[in-house]
Amino acid sequence: MTRRTRLGTFVAAGAALAVLFVWALTGLHAFGDFQGEYGRILNRTAGSQRHVTNVVAAIVFDYRGFDTLGEESILFAAVIGIALLLREARDEGERRIDVVRSDFIRAVGLFAVGPTVLVGLYVIAHGYLTPGGAFQGGVATASGLVLLYAAGRYRAYRAASPKAMVDLVEGTGIGTYTALGVASLAVGSAYLANVVDLGTKGTLASGGTIPILNAASALAVIAAVVLICHEFLEELMTPA
Amino acid sequence: MSFLPYALAAWLFFVGLYGVVTSRHLVHLVVCLGVMQSSSYVLLLAIGYRTGKKAPIFTSGVPVKLGAVDPVVQALTLTDVVVSVTATALILALVVEIWKRSGKLDPDSLRKKET
Repeated sequence: MTRRTRLGTFVAAGAALAVLFVWALTGLHAFGDFQGEYGRILNRTAGSQRHVTNVVAAIVFDYRGFDTLGEESILFAAVIGIALLLREARDEGERRIDVVRSDFIRAVGLFAVGPTVLVGLYVIAHGYLTPGGAFQGGVATASGLVLLYAAGRYRAYRAASPKAMVDLVEGTGIGTYTALGVASLAVGSAYLANVVDLGTKGTLASGGTIPILNAASALAVIAAVVLICHEFLEELMTPA
Repeated sequence: MSFLPYALAAWLFFVGLYGVVTSRHLVHLVVCLGVMQSSSYVLLLAIGYRTGKKAPIFTSGVPVKLGAVDPVVQALTLTDVVVSVTATALILALVVEIWKRSGKLDPDSLRKKET
């Protein structure tokens, strides 16, 4: 297909799609006037039912916890896919030189590693109390580790995150999530039902299984981001 | 005024799609795909918005009676973002493989080589 015919096809198909899209949008309620009962009920009851203050976290790790298991499986499958694609034909040749030459960038960047990881862990730990959670905090924590490469050198990043350990952390995260679901079956409840003591609302010890699933997801997310960066940086470091 | 967020979602979708169709560079194509994906975040959050309501986080001092915007679409958006990021990373890995095998990044030149 030439560019010309492709563009022509796109204009025709795009116009048809646009008509359907706009037609669908006109069926929506006016902006700001959402009447869905599901979210309204959860906003009213999640706090007293699950003893957490962040309703979104209660949905992600409890009410729709099974969906999050699927989401994590996608994450896991993508990481495996990337590792399969990029690890395959890689020869362990000599590394390219990767020294950051600016002292200023190195100093500021390496100074930021600790605070970034700390902020990430804080966001994870308070995910079910205030805005945040495993996914947001997990990416922040992992980006703190990637700073070791960006402002320092690749070898420091690799040393801080040995592949065998990261693989193990990734598996532990997904495994804990799945195992907790099976554990709730074992005590006679539904899969991933909240069977742990709910604790005091507004404290770190609240939410029953929510903090556990939050922590398990955080491990999986940190390890996944670190592994993805490993694989891509490895491409960069070995001479083509 | 009340349709503007929906219009933004539609605009992001079609601009991204135009970029994907006309792209001359695979990395650029992945970025355009990212623009398309952002349209779904805007659409989801716009659907769940309630005028005058705050985030669905009821820390001490925030009475539950006040209500909040819809938390379900926010959780869906979170899932959406995570899936987008992993899909983007996987596609970029495919792009790296294509570049290693053919030395080319223009989708058109790949097609010509095969036929």
